[in-house]
Amino acid sequence: MNWIDNALGLHAKALSFRSQRSAVLATNIANASTPGYKARDYDFQQALRSVADGGQMQMKTTHSTHAVNSSNDGFGDLLYRVPTKDMSNGNSVEAEVEQAAFAKNALEYQATLQFLEGSISGLRLAIKGQR
Amino acid sequence: MGISNTFNITGSALNAQSIHIDTIAKNMANSQVIASSPDEAYRAKRPEFASVMGNVFNNGASAVAPNGVVMNEGVRVNGFTDSMDPVERQRMPESPLADDEGYIYLSNVNIVEEMAYMMEASRAYQSNVEVLNTSKQLLLSTLNMGK
Repeated sequence: MNWIDNALGLHAKALSFRSQRSAVLATNIANASTPGYKARDYDFQQALRSVADGGQMQMKTTHSTHAVNSSNDGFGDLLYRVPTKDMSNGNSVEAEVEQAAFAKNALEYQATLQFLEGSISGLRLAIKGQR
Repeated sequence: MGISNTFNITGSALNAQSIHIDTIAKNMANSQVIASSPDEAYRAKRPEFASVMGNVFNNGASAVAPNGVVMNEGVRVNGFTDSMDPVERQRMPESPLADDEGYIYLSNVNIVEEMAYMMEASRAYQSNVEVLNTSKQLLLSTLNMGK
């Protein structure tokens, strides 16, 4: 871990996680009318734990031809969302739930950006020594 | 995969939903088409959506990871299916398209059903536009970080 990771702390990782999660939620919304599609999401607790472990939650490869799941950037497993109702075409996306989750995730992303801004202006203050 | 990938995902969804709306327009336009046999009668078309499997593995060979995790990215229209609803028959001997018994065959397009599908498609389109706008704002503020 280099000094800039130390300075920015968990927020840099959090930003990366929020960004990744927004793509997952966008996929859910995009597939809202795809028959058989199952909505996916990350578990925040699991993601936090695996980030705290240094992102070492990757599957072990014991052979050079083994597939590496590169979509798993150390945020834990992509889980399936449990729907509140059954859909006849096997699609488990509830558009409103996904939209709410996406909006919340966007807000959290902006909050993380604010925290990063704070860290950066702190660093800048330390470098300049004056306001 | 990340916010910048959202543009691909949402773009594919916008494309798929606009194909859906195009198909509905086609069905509505052809709702009054008559034919001289049930086989020739116009049948309502429906797009088949399928999720796109992203290239999540380094080798790109397999769509399913050893632990069964499949990552979906976006959506595409796989093809079109014809509605299997029965075709309505009407007696109209004066029509040049009438068969030997004087019947013509109408399309099986149900206008009310098409309207319902159109509302679904336009709502899906709107949510995807929202996602796109939000992602754009997030990326813009990320670009301005630390200024």
